Amino acid sequence: MNKCEFLGELEKSLSELPEKDRSRSLDYYGEMIDDRTEEGLSEEEAVEALGSMEDITAQILMDTPLPSLVRAKVKKRRALKAWETVLLVLGSPVWLPLLIAAVAVALSLYAVLWVLVAVLYIVAFAFGLSAAACLVAAFAYLFSGAPAAAALSLGAAMLCAGFAILTGIASVQSTKGVIAMTKKLIRKIKSGFVK
Amino acid sequence: MDVQLKRGLLDICVLASIKNEDSYGYKIIKDIKPYVEISESTLYPILRRLESAELLTVHSAEHNGRLRKYYHITHAGLERIAAFTEEWEEIMSIYKFVTRGEDTNE
Repeated sequence: MNKCEFLGELEKSLSELPEKDRSRSLDYYGEMIDDRTEEGLSEEEAVEALGSMEDITAQILMDTPLPSLVRAKVKKRRALKAWETVLLVLGSPVWLPLLIAAVAVALSLYAVLWVLVAVLYIVAFAFGLSAAACLVAAFAYLFSGAPAAAALSLGAAMLCAGFAILTGIASVQSTKGVIAMTKKLIRKIKSGFVK
Repeated sequence: MDVQLKRGLLDICVLASIKNEDSYGYKIIKDIKPYVEISESTLYPILRRLESAELLTVHSAEHNGRLRKYYHITHAGLERIAAFTEEWEEIMSIYKFVTRGEDTNE
């Protein structure tokens, strides 16, 4: 990266900052690069010596007082013009039901996801129950003098137990997956509001 | 080293580096580096903090056909250094008390 590219990238990653703070940071880092190239380093080497871009922006953002960060963000969100407000109110019979419907669809999709997970648990439970029942039946057959039927029942019990374990694992994993997905989704929604 | 302590020490080091004559960013780093680990990204917020606390002032001067920012220590900045050295005399005497007789132990 040369000086120009570096400063361009820095400007991009500081887009949340007020204009004044941003140009100060750019001046500072531009000067740092100039001073190093004056000592005989190439622009690329000088940029390299400044460390990682994440470090640099993190330090700048951390030390910028929160109020000015928030102010810069709020400023970006322009106020609605009068005609836009009128349109918004007049159009509400149209967009409000649509919005509600969209939210409802999204919520029901999410609910379906959990229902699927619940179904997995139920299947696992059913397999477990069947395994227990087959085991009881196997003993019953054994004591009533039907070894062949007892062996069959025992086999069925083992099969059911195996399925119960597999579906049990699947249900736990899918629960974890849905929870992780929910967290990601919430973070996305949040960042949408902040920006 | 404790983060808070290091932060405070860096502030003093930056002030000390401009105590005798005005200096600029890159030179400040070169002067301090032998004593404390410091980088461009850590110096930047320190300079801003010291400036807003009015411990130093900034002025631009031409150098090799471009503008360079020079930092000048204020009276309050000098006082801050003096307060630091006084404080550390106290701390050193506590240090001596804490480590006394350590060589003779066991």
